[in-house]
Amino acid sequence: MQTDRTPSENPDVCVVGSGVAGALVAYSLARRNHDVVLLEAGRRFDLAERGRQLEEALRPSRDINDIWDMGGERDQFTSSGDIYYGLNNTRVKAVGGTTLHWLGITPRFHEKDFEMNTRYGLASDWPISYEDLRPYYAEAEEELGVAGSSDNPFAPPRETGFPMPAFPPSYSDSLFADACDDLGITMHSVPQARNSETYDDRSQCVGFSICIPVCPSGAKYSADVHIRKAEEHGARVIDRAPVQRLDHDSRGERVEAAMYATPDGARHRQTADRFVLACGAVETPRLLLLSTSDTYPDGLANSSGVVGNYFMDHPIVSVTAELDQPTNQEPIGFHTRESHQFYDHDDPTPGSIKLVFDNHNPANPAEMAMRGGDSGVRGDLTDVLTGDSWGDAVLEKMRGATPNRTVRLFASPEVLPRQGNTVELDRSKTDNHGNPVPDITFSVGSHGRETMAHCREIQRDILDELGATVVSESSLENPRVASHKMGTTRMGVDPDTSVVTPELRSHDLENLFIASSSVFVTGGAMNPTLTIAALALKLADYIHSDT
Amino acid sequence: MELTRRDAIIAAFAGGGVTAFATFGQTEGLLQSRNETTELGDAEMRTLVATAEVIYPSAISGIETFVENYISALPPSQQGLVASVTDELRSHTRNVRGRDFPNLSIGERNSVLRTMGVDRVGSDAYGTLPERVRYYVVNQLLYGVYTSPTGSRLVGIQNPVGHPGGYESYQNHPENPQSDAD
Ligand SMILES: Cc1cc2nc3c(=O)[nH]c(=O)nc-3n(C[C@H](O)[C@H](O)[C@H](O)COP(=O)(O)OP(=O)(O)OC[C@H]3O[C@@H](n4cnc5c(N)ncnc54)[C@H](O)[C@@H]3O)c2cc1C
Ligand code: SF4
Repeated sequence: MQTDRTPSENPDVCVVGSGVAGALVAYSLARRNHDVVLLEAGRRFDLAERGRQLEEALRPSRDINDIWDMGGERDQFTSSGDIYYGLNNTRVKAVGGTTLHWLGITPRFHEKDFEMNTRYGLASDWPISYEDLRPYYAEAEEELGVAGSSDNPFAPPRETGFPMPAFPPSYSDSLFADACDDLGITMHSVPQARNSETYDDRSQCVGFSICIPVCPSGAKYSADVHIRKAEEHGARVIDRAPVQRLDHDSRGERVEAAMYATPDGARHRQTADRFVLACGAVETPRLLLLSTSDTYPDGLANSSGVVGNYFMDHPIVSVTAELDQPTNQEPIGFHTRESHQFYDHDDPTPGSIKLVFDNHNPANPAEMAMRGGDSGVRGDLTDVLTGDSWGDAVLEKMRGATPNRTVRLFASPEVLPRQGNTVELDRSKTDNHGNPVPDITFSVGSHGRETMAHCREIQRDILDELGATVVSESSLENPRVASHKMGTTRMGVDPDTSVVTPELRSHDLENLFIASSSVFVTGGAMNPTLTIAALALKLADYIHSDT
Repeated sequence: MELTRRDAIIAAFAGGGVTAFATFGQTEGLLQSRNETTELGDAEMRTLVATAEVIYPSAISGIETFVENYISALPPSQQGLVASVTDELRSHTRNVRGRDFPNLSIGERNSVLRTMGVDRVGSDAYGTLPERVRYYVVNQLLYGVYTSPTGSRLVGIQNPVGHPGGYESYQNHPENPQSDAD
């Protein structure tokens, strides 16, 4: 239990946010003897709590957001775009951040993702290339512990193998294999930050099958791993210390202090030589927008006016179908086969697609038994009248749902950055500290819509070939999102159209840096976190060499 | 299908916050928490076993040993909460039936639970008595048994969600549930 939450005396670097981005910057600098303090809004969760969290996650009475204490006044938000954006389902505020809850799939972006304008005349290029990030991708894979294999013919070039062997295909993957073969679709392994063997003193995956929202064994990487390592190297982590605003010097050239609140109601002022914001792609722009001054009435680092613009996420396109044979009877919490065959494209639109062969298992005996045999909340509604069953009756109901005969395909399509997709401040609503809450506007443009339709065509072709009967399809109009928040403080060389330089330094303030997917210029269709990690390690190298 | 001591221990490990399968260096463990247990007495344990006899399928044997091992391996704080709600169930039963819960027939126990409305309410750790009985007694016992392979094998699943059964099983051909449930 932390009691001293007073500021550190003149540290070299103050990092705000302890997700994978902040944790890696802190660790990489502390390891090289920089004096680092890290301010984190959420609390610490002890490793010994994970079993309790597992039980809570399976119990019908708990909402998934309760597992990591998300929600309430602290986390209020507004969603005002075409598509409802359920922000709190997409993030965790705690030491370790959203990786505590994530799935852990860690592909690299492809070369094309950095060159969308040059190749297709779409959006903008990144000011850095795949080659610039390539060594950092390898380092990130080592740090997170990625299991993978070189069986993917569509993957971008890599210099070394993966730190761990890939997870073998599931039984349900094998059912897709013939159909994909006939259609000329290549299936391959999935790089993921999950231990296929003991790695970095963490357990091999033991198959609790509940990676989202919590891995009880620690086999799934989460950023609390690097928080512990950073602390071992002398970094100081202050939890429950949400930064309220950043103050700058009289000339508006440097950040002087991060003002943070503590649970006792006190406010503190943390000074440092350098500041790294790593609050994710919603809270990072929000903090900048909250930090107004006479010099910067539109918020800090915002002379371009684009802080909060170009917000991106990947809409999910999924299809569930039934076969007349058992499919994925033995559950596992992650998927083991994907196809990146539809990633690199020749024409601009439809854009990149990442296709996922899910290990779908709707039957979860503990949860079903606790719900009286209902497989979902809908069944619970009639319990008031009929009462739940237990004993032999519940077993009969559960047997009706097994063996599992469902298969499911997922895809994430590329969407382009749109200036009108934003994170702004909603001044009509405040959080527990009286600050305006984030207001998210999210919609999918025509490129994204066409790409989503292409995903659906491919999925239907595969299921047709498989002879499966489609039972449900996700809405293309109102899709769920993959929780890959990106954009909002984009990098670029032009201070009029971007927020940070290719080195991730603010164009406006010389000692302010950003480590987050908020700096992404475009979002590809790959999961973002390995790229976040690679950028964080690159930033730490830059800060190290710049001191 | 016989419940084993191993089933109970693994279920409680998984539910009890003990990262026994990791090499985190966390040593807080099952045996330690068992030795520290004081609140849960014989009467509560008998009541829990008597409830399990109602809510577990009849194909399961070895219930008493399973429940004893599972409940006594829960972390002490959780065990204390289970014990106190169990006591409330006992006094409620004495009030309405004039006898202690375990001394009733299985049919009568079933009727006590249903008359209280335990089958009609959601489970809520902070709710009314039926909601708490659902949370700390009924669902705790169901969680224990159906995150253990012996329970899940009754529906043909070797490695249920919530059970650290080794990750190989997801690669296997699904087995016929009936042939497993012997
Ligand atoms: C269900 C789910 C599944 C996912 N699966 C995958 C996947 O398979 N692969 C993948 O690549 N990505 C996945 N993601 C996305 C991934 O989790 C995120 O991209 C990643 O964790 C972001 O890391 P981060 O460090 O940038 O931000 P975060 O982890 O969100 O960390 C930001 C931290 O900053 C703190 N903070 C915010 N504001 C302040 C403030 N003012 N003061 C102090 N601290 C503050 C927050 O409390 C938080 O702890 C998934 C996400 C979800 C929700
Ligand atoms: S299946 Fe998921 S939750 Fe279970 S041990 Fe493996 S990584 Fe962790």
